[in-house]
Amino acid sequence: MATFQLELVSPEKLLLSRPVEMVVIPAAEGEMGVLPGHAPMIVALRGGTIRVTEGGRETDRLFVAGGFAEVTPERVTVLADEATPVAELSKAEADRRIATAEAAYNAAAMDTPEKRDAAMATLLAMRAMREVAEAA
Amino acid sequence: MATLKSLRLRINSVKSTRKITQAMKMVAAAKLRRAQTQAEAARPYAERMERMLASLGASVAGSPDAPKLLVGTGADKVHLLVVVTAERGLCGGFNTNVGRFTRTTVRALEAEGKTVKIITVGRKGAVYLKREFGSRFVGEYSFANKKRIGFEDASEVTSRISEMLEAGEFDVCTLIYNRFKNVISQTPVGQQLIPAPMPEATGDSGMLYEFEPTEEEILARILPQNLAIQLYRALLENQAGFYGSQMTAMDNATRNAGEMINKLTLNYNRTRQANITKELIEIISGAEAV
Repeated sequence: MATFQLELVSPEKLLLSRPVEMVVIPAAEGEMGVLPGHAPMIVALRGGTIRVTEGGRETDRLFVAGGFAEVTPERVTVLADEATPVAELSKAEADRRIATAEAAYNAAAMDTPEKRDAAMATLLAMRAMREVAEAA
Repeated sequence: MATLKSLRLRINSVKSTRKITQAMKMVAAAKLRRAQTQAEAARPYAERMERMLASLGASVAGSPDAPKLLVGTGADKVHLLVVVTAERGLCGGFNTNVGRFTRTTVRALEAEGKTVKIITVGRKGAVYLKREFGSRFVGEYSFANKKRIGFEDASEVTSRISEMLEAGEFDVCTLIYNRFKNVISQTPVGQQLIPAPMPEATGDSGMLYEFEPTEEEILARILPQNLAIQLYRALLENQAGFYGSQMTAMDNATRNAGEMINKLTLNYNRTRQANITKELIEIISGAEAV
């Protein structure tokens, strides 16, 4: 089957760079499956799982807390704020971060709408993290 | 002439200094390797970010409601300098070079009648600049208690910068840090952060992208991220440069200590010989007199 180059980078390191058959990315407005030859796009990501398919099977699942993805016909580049393999997520850690995010959101209640939105996005991302951790 | 005892003490003290500098050199070399790997690991993200920005920015830059992070406030009155230095000394001219560079920049800007504000990252820069420019300080950050600088440290500083920009507290932001050329050479550079210099679109960017959600929204999210990554890169380069500089400085110190020990040992032996000769003469002339 045809493949394209998938690159997953976080600010700290290059996590993944190899040809894959399909990838599902958690775009801001819904999950998005990308196959080779996709129309060029730049999308924002929300907290969710990136699923990589190779050889007809799902081979990798990584949680991203947010970021961006650049899609071109022969390449997908994901710039993740932070990325963790799903198997390494822990529920306790997620709970702790939900608590921090909730506190930040409450603190931002009186702030500008942009800040509130940003805090909300973090909170949602952390909740998604716990769901993924629970399912794993 | 110095007595034998004082010379012996001196030699011993220089020897222990050499031991310390040698150990510091070795530690710096090990840490340098780690810092360098970390700096290299951060490079792919910055490169991809630049590529994405190039395809994004060109279309938005012209519009009047372009984000402030991209085009600045339009004025050129208040300059914010973000000065990145090391947390510790004993590294040759590393911190002093940045300090001197900053001082020239501040003087030049003020001579043009501009207002200058300073944020320092790293303890040494604050200490160096405070005496002269204390009144222009608006923030100080130090990551001395961190084992390893993370991306969130950089975002902490940049979110403060973004807030200041929103509040209209400055017009132009420049980052000053030591660029890591190689282990023995680091040069202080000033890099403009806001208004952001747009990377030139190259190669395959003739493509027309679709955006989800809108172009503006993506840009509004990507710009702060870009700011943070620039600072993060500077922090890592600073870290690597610091260890490189410290390694060189400690290598020199070890060599100098070695030279000094040689000189002192020579002096010590001469003195000892002179004492023996003197004693012999005394014995012989004493025997002759009898």
